[in-house]
Amino acid sequence: MVENKPWLTALAHLVLILGVIVVAFPVYVALIASTRAPDEFMSGLIPLVPGPHALGTYWELLTTGASTSGAPPLGPMMLNSLVMALIIATGKIAISILSAFAIVYFRFPFRQFFFWMIFVTLMLPVEVRILPTFKVVADLGMLNSYLGLTVPLLASATATFLFRQFFLTVPDELLEAARVDGAGPMKFFRDILLPLSQTNIAALFVILFIYGWNQYLWPMLVTTETGYYTIVMAIKRMAEVADGLPYWNYVMAAAVLSMLPPVLVIIVMQKLFVKGLVETEK
Amino acid sequence: MATISLEEVRKIYAGGVEAVKGVSMDIADGEFIVLVGPSGCGKSTLLRMIAGLEEISAGTIRIGDRVVNRIDPADRDIAMVFQNYALYPHMSVYNNLAYGLRNRGVPKDEIDRRVKEAARILEIGAFLERKPKALSGGQRQRVAMGRAIVREPAAFLFDEPLSNLDAKLRVQMRVEIKRLQKSLGTTSVYVTHDQLEAMTLADRLVVLNGGAIEQIGDPISVYEQPASTFVASFIGSPAMNLIPVSVRDGRATLDSETAAGGSGLSGPDLANGAGYTLGVRPEHFVPASERPADPGDLSLTVTTTVLEPVGAESYLYATIGGDSAANGTVANSAAPHVVIRVPAAARHQPGEVLSFTAPADRIHPFDKATGKRIPR
Amino acid sequence: MQTKRTIFPNKVLPYFLLAPQLVITGIFFFWPAGQAIWQSFLREDAFGFKTTFVWLANYTALFEDPNYLNSLQVTLVFSVCVAALSLGLALLLAVCVDRLIKGASGYTTLLLWPYAVAPAIAGVLWWFLFNPTIGILPFIMERLGYNWDHALNSTDAMILVVVAASWKQISYNFIFFLAGLQSIPLSLREAAAIDGAGPFKRFFTITLPLLSPTSFFLMVVNVVYAMFDTFGIIHATTEGGPAQSTNILVYKVYADGFIGLNLGSSAAQSVILMGIVILLTFVQFRYVERRVAY
Repeated sequence: MVENKPWLTALAHLVLILGVIVVAFPVYVALIASTRAPDEFMSGLIPLVPGPHALGTYWELLTTGASTSGAPPLGPMMLNSLVMALIIATGKIAISILSAFAIVYFRFPFRQFFFWMIFVTLMLPVEVRILPTFKVVADLGMLNSYLGLTVPLLASATATFLFRQFFLTVPDELLEAARVDGAGPMKFFRDILLPLSQTNIAALFVILFIYGWNQYLWPMLVTTETGYYTIVMAIKRMAEVADGLPYWNYVMAAAVLSMLPPVLVIIVMQKLFVKGLVETEK
Repeated sequence: MATISLEEVRKIYAGGVEAVKGVSMDIADGEFIVLVGPSGCGKSTLLRMIAGLEEISAGTIRIGDRVVNRIDPADRDIAMVFQNYALYPHMSVYNNLAYGLRNRGVPKDEIDRRVKEAARILEIGAFLERKPKALSGGQRQRVAMGRAIVREPAAFLFDEPLSNLDAKLRVQMRVEIKRLQKSLGTTSVYVTHDQLEAMTLADRLVVLNGGAIEQIGDPISVYEQPASTFVASFIGSPAMNLIPVSVRDGRATLDSETAAGGSGLSGPDLANGAGYTLGVRPEHFVPASERPADPGDLSLTVTTTVLEPVGAESYLYATIGGDSAANGTVANSAAPHVVIRVPAAARHQPGEVLSFTAPADRIHPFDKATGKRIPR
Repeated sequence: MQTKRTIFPNKVLPYFLLAPQLVITGIFFFWPAGQAIWQSFLREDAFGFKTTFVWLANYTALFEDPNYLNSLQVTLVFSVCVAALSLGLALLLAVCVDRLIKGASGYTTLLLWPYAVAPAIAGVLWWFLFNPTIGILPFIMERLGYNWDHALNSTDAMILVVVAASWKQISYNFIFFLAGLQSIPLSLREAAAIDGAGPFKRFFTITLPLLSPTSFFLMVVNVVYAMFDTFGIIHATTEGGPAQSTNILVYKVYADGFIGLNLGSSAAQSVILMGIVILLTFVQFRYVERRVAY
């Protein structure tokens, strides 16, 4: 702080408290709604203090599903989301750290070409080319499978780009010292580069886990069997029914459940997450 | 232990830039060679070519009897100390030292013995379990040296290893490197841009300029007989004074001298003609009052501008000529500047007009066009 | 392109290292992208029996289609509003946190987590708050004399999706603004203070200009986010309605392809969208490479 102006600091606190309240408000309301009984949503105003039905609602949703709101149990769906997020995070990290290694530490014909091939996918979400991608996956018989859920989403350059940027900052002398010390490429990769990338890998893992968990359109298209549903895509189905017959307590409980794991990941790994985010885009 | 020989070694980069232009030299077994020159002179490139980190565009490099042009750095039997040390940040000091030996399949107890031995020599035994991050600059430098020593290589290659240290530590490590190299007797090639470091360390100096060798020789002979104005100005601090003159009837005249001037110089015996540069080291000027000029000596009238005491002696900055136009406060930009060593007790004021002479055998004549020394 | 001073001399290994990513990118990006381009030149009859090559007819049809032009306009309004709202609020919050010495990390944590909420979930949360019968916001607005109904009123629907999309994006922008602010040397602000600039003047004459690289970067990211990553918000709430008023391009591609089954048109739209993204990617990349080159 450059100078001491207490009223400015107080103003900053005020703005921040307001900001935090605005940011938290929708989730607070959702939490409250999930503890209420369904008939409390027929008309009037959303209650703003917790009700007594929390445990019952969540337990029912997770295990048997809310038959009244047309939803299968959410427990298995969360498991599917977890599997999907984990495969996407590890898969992306694995393939991109290798390709970044190739692009930075070797010189070979078509290197530039391959780099651009990967690079054009940097910001390209699957939604943009959804129909043809869906067709390819359907033609390959990958519908209703974890492979179909995950592998097409691995085609993106963000992680490759991050590792490339990071590798470029690794001092050249480290590679030279390793070469003088008799380390070949894969040995250098395993003994030096991989340990040095640890924080980056962890940070990226957080980002990609959230990315994978939050997939919506893709799982909606690729899965028709309830056994492969993920929780984020299921919310829509429940909300649709709720619009007719307002079972808002279930919808909101499902919303809370679906955001719980990624939110926890962010809060627990805040430092890594911030680092990962800022570095991916740097 | 091995000799190293370079034969017409060239480095041409993809863009066509020639960084090393045909360098040849022979390094004797156990010799300490220092490659010195300003940045961009090709010294690091040359060292990295010896190491195998840079491809050799043309020519031959031999280590021992083996042509190593196509041999991997790991198989050249060399060890290298890097400017930023290049310690593996995630490994302990012990593992940093042991890594190269493990990669070569040296037995475990042999590794242990060598690491402990190197740690003892370099006094880093207490830090073996620490990570590089937890070490001071000087300690890191020692670890980097240790990594080279444990390998027991045929040659050490040093790439400006002291330039990341503070001045005091640099002097200390310089002495230590020299002592270590002498006791191990390992052939060493050392790159630096610091001429003092080069002078103090080298058995033989190699002064590089623009990718080519300007001069090779032991430090004293390079200092006393610089082969070119480049070497003259690069080796020695403060640098040798270089005064452009032309000679008429055995009398040197300052190029910039106006008709009115005429006073500055009386010159050495050189053939008539324009296009000389006379070099005189700051310490070789004597006050004219103490030593009358013999024929062939250089005598010089100067106007002082600044007196810079450094302790044991002082350096007098002055412009040539006793012209009152150069009154000492405003530097006369046309007249060449000279630096003259004077005793610490000297108390000269700016603007004083003084006369100095330099003995004939201390005057280095150079051809102004080529910069090469003119033999006398 | 940047590489290392020294490299490994292997000639075959790098291809093996690249292979997994290239294969996946090839199969799941270039193949479908190619098909989209091919498909965008074709037109199928209503029963899917006959396919004719129609050159650019699908594209020209798009730009004559009022629905598509409307969608372009909706996307523009939506993106600009989302970017402005979330960037503005995030900057305000970041500046406040940057001022604080105590409690900064606590606020950061409390502002961070909406990033983890899926767009679809964000949409559902706000949909609930804005629910015309039981939502708390329409209740308040009614007291103020406004009758909110995003199912019928186009403006209301647009506000709903803009708010939901901005809410989710604030944390992202906040993190970058904070990082940007903290990388401005304190000495600069101190120098400005000594030069007599008060806190607000300092913000506009020193902080904001120095923050402009971050702002530019975030602007592109936010536009990309609003244009392409908000599918879930639209799909979970308004489904493009009412009367196409929230039918942004990325939703229309899906709706025309999967619901309208108009393959040629959907493919042409895909191609246009990909073009836009790749263009924005290059804009961003130039900026990134410039920054790395320091």
